[in-house]
Amino acid sequence: MNEQQGGGPGNPRAIVVGHGEFAGGLVSAVGQICGMADKLVVLSMMGMTPEDIESTIRDELDRTGARVIFTDLPAGSATIAARRIVKEDPGIVLVSGVNLATLLDFVFSTAASPTEAARAAAERGKASLIVVGR
Amino acid sequence: MAIHLYRIDDRLIHGQVVVGWGQPLNARFMVLVDDLVASSDWEKELYRMAVPPEMEIFFADVGTAVRDHARYASDPRPGMLITGDIASMYRLVRGVKAIGSVNLGGIHHRAGRTQKLRYVFLTPDEERQLRELEAAGVEVTAQDVPSARARPLSEVLEGESP
Repeated sequence: MNEQQGGGPGNPRAIVVGHGEFAGGLVSAVGQICGMADKLVVLSMMGMTPEDIESTIRDELDRTGARVIFTDLPAGSATIAARRIVKEDPGIVLVSGVNLATLLDFVFSTAASPTEAARAAAERGKASLIVVGR
Repeated sequence: MAIHLYRIDDRLIHGQVVVGWGQPLNARFMVLVDDLVASSDWEKELYRMAVPPEMEIFFADVGTAVRDHARYASDPRPGMLITGDIASMYRLVRGVKAIGSVNLGGIHHRAGRTQKLRYVFLTPDEERQLRELEAAGVEVTAQDVPSARARPLSEVLEGESP
């Protein structure tokens, strides 16, 4: 793990932000499954202006050193805000459409840099969507 | 009229708009009216990528939207029109004179604004503009999602009951 890119021992490696209680619920599930919820920071954007959402995400990136942002919907205001941040700092990775399989893969990928782990986790998340039945 | 929702929302395109309203209205196009967005290719691309592939998006500054409103309104597909602030919608409605209702969807806290609802904060000048629209015959209601009750402007201006 490259600790210069955030996510050193005891440090969060990514920010999770979404609608309603989505982010908190997902991270809670990560904690219940593997006890690694401390690798993720939960942000709620309820009641915020677009400018507040963007500045809140920036503040958390600065505070934690995290280089990865997970959001729920591609059309969400958190995704819009995160894309503005990535435009200014291409070293940050945004993954929208996050699901539980994505986050679990990410927190376990401790050997990879956070950004490499995010790219691999996104692929795992896509593969976790399956349809059973006719 | 093909435009089923005229919405003021400072987040412009986001989940409540694209999914919350777009799906039940079966919206197939969106008109985003914002002077700043319309003047920036990067901003337009940002919002274009946020809408689903089945939804076409048009960008316009207020002046262009006034000029082209009849074309949007005669589009046979269901559509939505959104502005990011009250002033833009006020100018649009005044210029078009054919818009019968305006939805307050998300106007969040900023300096000088007073909270009216969980998702509606207004300055005195914004209140005045909304009152003027209503006095001109435009139905102004607040409703963040389709399943919520549409609150008339008089109720909005009274503020949230405890």
